Parts: sequence; C-alpha cells; structure tokens
Amino acid sequence: MTAYLRAAANVLVHVPDLVRYGSKPWREAVRKEHAPGDSFNDLRSFDEIVGYPPNQAFIGNLPPEKLSGIPTPWYENSLAGASPESQFGEILPQDAFYALLEAADQFGLIMFDEERRLPGVMGSESAAALLEGQKNSKDYKQEDIIERIERGEALPLFQEGGLIGCVRRDHDADESLDARILLENLAAKASGAYALSRLLVGEGIAPEQVDYVISCSEEAVGDRYNRGGGNLAKAIAEMAGCANAAGVDVKSFCAAPVYALVHAAALIQAGVVENAVVVGGGSMAKLGMKAYFHLAKGMPVLEDVLGGVAFFLTKNSDDGPRVNLKIAGRHASGKPSTPQGLAEALVRDPLARAGRKISSVDKYAVELHNPEIMLPAGAGDVAAANYRMLAALAVMGGEIAREEIPDFIEAHGMPGFAPTQGHIPAGVPFLGHALERMRAGSLASTMILAKGSLFLGRMSQQADGASVLIEV
Amino acid sequence: MDLENQAAIKSIADEVGSENLMVVLGMPGEGLRLAVETLTTGDPSWAGPLAGVSLGLPVFHILEEKVRAQVPEDLYADKLLMMEMVLDLEQIESDLASMRAAG
Repeated sequence: MTAYLRAAANVLVHVPDLVRYGSKPWREAVRKEHAPGDSFNDLRSFDEIVGYPPNQAFIGNLPPEKLSGIPTPWYENSLAGASPESQFGEILPQDAFYALLEAADQFGLIMFDEERRLPGVMGSESAAALLEGQKNSKDYKQEDIIERIERGEALPLFQEGGLIGCVRRDHDADESLDARILLENLAAKASGAYALSRLLVGEGIAPEQVDYVISCSEEAVGDRYNRGGGNLAKAIAEMAGCANAAGVDVKSFCAAPVYALVHAAALIQAGVVENAVVVGGGSMAKLGMKAYFHLAKGMPVLEDVLGGVAFFLTKNSDDGPRVNLKIAGRHASGKPSTPQGLAEALVRDPLARAGRKISSVDKYAVELHNPEIMLPAGAGDVAAANYRMLAALAVMGGEIAREEIPDFIEAHGMPGFAPTQGHIPAGVPFLGHALERMRAGSLASTMILAKGSLFLGRMSQQADGASVLIEV
Repeated sequence: MDLENQAAIKSIADEVGSENLMVVLGMPGEGLRLAVETLTTGDPSWAGPLAGVSLGLPVFHILEEKVRAQVPEDLYADKLLMMEMVLDLEQIESDLASMRAAG
C-alpha cells in the first residue's frame, strides 16, 4: 500500500492584541513592570497583513518564487487587491478568532464581557463550521472580569485596544494551568482546528471520514504532573467534528511537521488507518519574538499572525502525489549536528540510498522563514542559507560545478515566506503550492525538510531533522 | 548573541583575563555584527550578562584567510569547505574590516 497527499491548507490568524502575550514582549512587560494592557504602537491592520506579499505566498495566492521580483521592504509594497482567501488558504481577523478561542474552551477559561459581544465568524465558512452545534457561550459581567484581572488571576483580552474579556488561570499553584499558558494552548488548539476545518471544507471531506489526526503543534499541553502530556491532536479533532478520528502528538521542535507526515504515511502504508490528517496550530509564544529589532530599525511589528497548517493523506491515489517513504531522511544521534552533517543525513544520504542525485528533485522545501523578519535580528536568511548548503552538497558530490551554485538555487529553491512560528515554516507550507503544480503537470517531485533545535530544551546538545520526498 | 553564550564567554574572561582570550565566530551578516559588538563594547540589546561590559576581545571569523590558513587541509576539506561555499566570504571580510576600522 502507498500513502498519497490529497490536500493541504495554510491559514493565518491576525492577532495584533495577542502580540503582548508573546514570550519576548511578555518578558519585557514583566521586566519593566508594564501593565499587560500596554502594547506596541506599530502594529499592522488586517488589510495590511492581507496585502503583505509573504502572507499572500503563504496562503497560496502568490507563487513564492515571485517574491524575488517584489521590491523590499515587502511591508511597504502591499499587493493591491489582495484577498484573504485562496485555493488552499485563508486569513482570519482577530475578532473571528476570538469566537474560535471561546469555542475551543470547555472549562470557562475565556470570559467575554456580555456588553462587548464579538461579531462572530461571518465571511469564513471554515471558521463558521467550527461553531456549528456549539452551545451558546456564557457571558460575563465586566465587574467580574476586571476583578479577576486585578486579583492577578486572569489576563485581559483586547480588541482594537478596548478590554473585551479575559483568560483566567485554572489553578493557583500549577504553572501549567497559568492564564498565559492556557491561552497559548487554546490559541494552538483553535488555530489548528481552523486549519483542519479549512482543509476539510476546501476539499469537500466530511469530518467524520477522518480516521486519525497527528498534531505537530508545539505547545506543552498538560498539568504539573505531566507538563507536555500532550494530545492536542484529539482536542483539535473533536473541535473540527472528526468524531471518528483518534489522535496523537508528534514533537521534535521545528522538525515535527515532517516527522508527522512520515508517521501518517507509514500508518496508512501499514494498513493501520485508511487516511490521516497532519495538523499544526499556531504558536502564541513566538508573536513579537523579534519585534524589538524591528522597532529599532523603524519597521512595524511583523510577527503579528498565528500560522496553521493541515494536510490530508490517504491510501487512495485520487490525483495526489505519493509520499515516498523509501526516501525519508533521518539524522541519527551519532551524527554531527552541524549544518553540513544535517544536510548530508537529510538529503544526500536518503537520495544516494535510492540511487538518486540531489539535482533529481525538482524543488526543495527547506525551512521557509520570511527573511524580512529574520535578517534585522541577525538570524540570517534561513531559506537562502539552506539552499546554498544543498547546492554545496551537489558540488561536493560532483553533480554541479561551483560556478553553477546560483543556478541550482534558482532552479531548486525559493525565497522564504512563512511567519516565524517555529514549526510552521518547516518546509510544509510549500505543499499546497506543490499539489497545485503537480496537478497541473509542472512539478514532479519535492523534498520537504526541516531541522529542530533540540539544544533549546537543554536535554541534549544535538540538533535534529527529518525529510521526505513527495512525487507524482 | 544568546544569553548563555554571553555568560559562558564572560565567565572564561573572568577566569583567564580578557587579554588572554580571543573569540572565533562562524556566523555571517547581522549576527556577526551583533556578536562582535557584544564581545567588544557590550551587549547592544542590554539583555544579557555582557550588557554594559566592554570586554574588548579580539574577534575573528573562522573563514577569514589568516584564520583558515591555520586549519590543517584535511580537516578544512572535511569541516569547512562546504561552509566556505555557503557563506559569502568577501562580505564577511569586508564587514569585519569596517567594524575593526570603526574600533
């Protein structure tokens, strides 16, 4: 049996009023004893983030390669007439997302002011589908909300600067159930469910048809006895109406989405399930991560969106490409964690085992971080550096001459376009584009690869990575 | 430059004296510029252990001609040749030259 990729969805959620709860802005707020109400002045409007060229590439309205032809800074070169909807993606405004956050909450953690009802999710069929069958939400009195915030038990939630509610902690002595942690987890759940819903609605798949859901989201869902206990997948499946699906989480920092694809395809190939969804919700912790660098350079805060991705894999070939598990790269723990060591293990070695050359793969989808966000913070152009590494591997293997490096990158690469949401840029945002091109006959193969910075968790000095080939 | 690396370098400098220490970096671009500034005049973000601490350390890049000439050829071919193709050497050398000229 073989596993095929049938559908992909990429979503963005504009959350300017949650940027203050990103890890870095929150750290600064605590250090400088700012009230949580204080925020940045240079936040973008919904129209600005819709017209932002990298966001248009992310949701699928713009081929990523076309970004090279758009003058920088991209935030000053908005695309005229840009739509928040596309063939495989969508951008959701914050007020609609708040309705999803409330729907994601089954424990009365999100408390909205009865006087300040949100408009709901008009305009997005995928978001509306998540609210069907939901019980009427409970409204709370403003005094109750303000009192909880003043007692330090809850964090305020804002819409266009005005207080509209709060998120409360669910235990006074359990850090895992702290208000900001719960908000992070609910944001991942709600944006993941939104991506999954967009996938199912866009492809006309009934939620009940889904057999299995693997979440590659990053949040550590659990309580103090099992921080990171997990299974956000099942919570997302439930919210999206996938009543027949079980689920599990797969984690390895930013490499998780590629592992999740490999695991989903392997379960299908082994006959355990007939289909599986891979879903990744957004990371609130990374909002405003590099904002201070941006502001120091006179730029707006660019990390103002949550990303979400979802993929549908099935045993039926339909018209989708196959996930070639024979060419799936893995980085053994005895291998060096250098950029070169990772590139060899993830690209050179699995291709060589199958008797293939590096240049035999049409397009590589590496970590596709938007360089406009990364460069001002000294983090480099991640996608460009990865493509140069692949080209250098091809030189070392005698496939191309050193002078051909720029041509190799042009042919097999693309500019980064994904928001810096950790796991979200991990190669997978290209899959929607790849599916369209494969169906149109203009692309035959793509290798998705991602790396994970295990050392961040202090359990190992290693990095990690995973790759897999998808081809017609 | 991340806070742990700042702490580690500060601790070595305290132990052996900054006159007995040099730092060899591997990153290009803005990261290189920030690291050089952190290790000479202090952490420009004022967030780490080197905020307000001017160590004035000599800083080099591993791929600068005079540094890589010290690396045995076989080791260079194995560990550094690919990075030489990946990074923009001329840019690194000119960035360092201008930073050194600016003191």
